[in-house]
Amino acid sequence: MKFNLKVWRQKNANTPGKLVDYSIDNINGDMSFLEMVDVLNDNLVRQGEDPIAFDHDCREGICGMCSMYINGRAHGPQHAATTCQLYMRSFKDGDTVYVEPWRAKAFPVIKDLVTDRSAFDRIIAKGGFVSVNTGQAQDANNLPVNKAYAEKAMDAAACIGCGACVAACPNSAAMLFVSAKISQLALLPQGEPERNNRAIAMVNQMDEDGFGNCTNIGACEAECPKEIKLTNIARLNREYIAASVINE
Amino acid sequence: MWEYCGMARTEEGLTKALDLLKDLRESFWKEVRVPGSVSEFNPELDKAGRVADFIELGELMVIDALNRNESCGGHFRVEYQDNGEAKRDDDNYRYAAAWEFKGVDAEPALHKEELVYENIKLQVRSYK
Amino acid sequence: MIWFNDGGETFSNWGQFYRNQPNNSCDGTCSGGRLYYSHCRWLMLWKQNRDARPVKYAYSNPPAKSKWYSRSMGLLGTLLLIFLVIHSAHFWIPNRMQQGLTDWHNEIDLYGRMLEVFKNPLVVSIYVFGCISLFWHLLHGFKSAFQSLGVNHTKYNQTIEYAGIAFSVVIPLLFALMPISIYFGLVN
Ligand code: HEM
Ligand code: SF4
Ligand code: FES
Repeated sequence: MKFNLKVWRQKNANTPGKLVDYSIDNINGDMSFLEMVDVLNDNLVRQGEDPIAFDHDCREGICGMCSMYINGRAHGPQHAATTCQLYMRSFKDGDTVYVEPWRAKAFPVIKDLVTDRSAFDRIIAKGGFVSVNTGQAQDANNLPVNKAYAEKAMDAAACIGCGACVAACPNSAAMLFVSAKISQLALLPQGEPERNNRAIAMVNQMDEDGFGNCTNIGACEAECPKEIKLTNIARLNREYIAASVINE
Repeated sequence: MWEYCGMARTEEGLTKALDLLKDLRESFWKEVRVPGSVSEFNPELDKAGRVADFIELGELMVIDALNRNESCGGHFRVEYQDNGEAKRDDDNYRYAAAWEFKGVDAEPALHKEELVYENIKLQVRSYK
Repeated sequence: MIWFNDGGETFSNWGQFYRNQPNNSCDGTCSGGRLYYSHCRWLMLWKQNRDARPVKYAYSNPPAKSKWYSRSMGLLGTLLLIFLVIHSAHFWIPNRMQQGLTDWHNEIDLYGRMLEVFKNPLVVSIYVFGCISLFWHLLHGFKSAFQSLGVNHTKYNQTIEYAGIAFSVVIPLLFALMPISIYFGLVN
């Protein structure tokens, strides 16, 4: 297959970037998007040019490192897939493909398609610790959990922290991510003592990092590779409102 | 590495591998070209660093495989076998090896960590 | 009420009644206050949201991930604001001028004024257009308000969803029917 690529090139956070045209041929439809960029980079290196910097790690959809905004979509056109799990057969031969980095004030570009997503780490860090009893490992049945809640907590815990929700959101809000992280604990008895502080601290850090505000548009849910649900955002709102009322 | 320090190793192959690795290391450090510049984020430099690590790791494996004159587990020295079965030499090689780097052209120093078995008796493992 | 075609008797009576209910004025202030509050808050948040993405995407494909009316709440709301101003200029302000500060029962002939104003096709189309904007605005706004308050529950989502659709259809439709009916002479 053959593609015309328009790729965002940017030296560093302080230099403005621009789209640069590349064309690439002999691409196998079963290659992942990242493998296609690998081939392009190989060509660039051979031509003595600077290869395109991009984030990646596991290449199996579980680490959340890969992050490309492809043809106006976070992680590209395929539903519920990360960029590394997006295959070139999802495109038509001869397609023009736009590739840009996540764009948000809280995710400054480091180089080309690589952004600094440490804002997410700061939010997680603000979430703090979770109290558990130490000593002998507990018997599995000691702490009964409603099956439906356990399932929902697991679903929320599927978030890989990739930031596609922020990238897709017209307001660059991080609510889907934060709500997933809040929900995975709020639904379980573990971490109950820290519940209110956690909600307040994480939301405050989210605002401090310069993410936008949720207006319930739903682009995050549509683009999330792990299909995190908007229900979680309602839960976050609930947790936050309750915590604001209760906390001293 | 696959050819000379793979499933089955011989003294001859390992010695050859050591020579090849020396050449490889030399040509790597002489001819490597890392795109990008020092003043910016450079994933290519990261990759080059990994290649350098792999060369060192390969060399370490070859040195240890050459030193260990027995067959044991995944280390099968063709010279040391009983009709295709690995032949261990517990008297001389019952240790975990740690090699100390002494410089690029210097011989590395071997440090042995003796393996002491208190509860089991060493036996020949047989799958027959 | 206007469809009784009794020369505005019922309309005026009910109007008086509506405005005399203490309950209603309280209700109106509360919901009005809340809408006002949420809209003022939104103006502040809007700037934050714009600032949250200083560099725009060169190529974006919004229809693939969200509804246009969800993204266009600001635009729809602004249309509503303009509509609201026109609406007030037609009825509310003249009425209040007449009433002064205390003379609550001395109303202008609102019904007659309505018949007058809605003869103008331009005004009618502005009203209809305003109501269409209101429909889209509410279609997102109703559900969104629940979500923002943390009310999202599998058991009640269907109800909220349908109540929201019904609300956003019925209210603007009734509003729109007034000028339309008058314009086409169904009410005189
Ligand atoms: C003055 C003109 C108006 C403007 C400028 C305006 C603008 C807005 C904006 C920008 C939002 C936030 C939407 C978002 O991004 O999520 C909003 C929400 C909303 N609007 Fe309006 N609007 C106006 C009039 C109205 C009217 C007349 C009604 C109802 C009769 C209404 C009902 C709502 C509701 C229910 C919400 C959702 C509130 C929430 O989510 O907290 N608006 N409006
Ligand atoms: S919620 Fe989804 S899109 Fe957002 S960070 Fe988690 S996995 Fe990525
Ligand atoms: S590279 Fe790990 S999720 Fe894509």
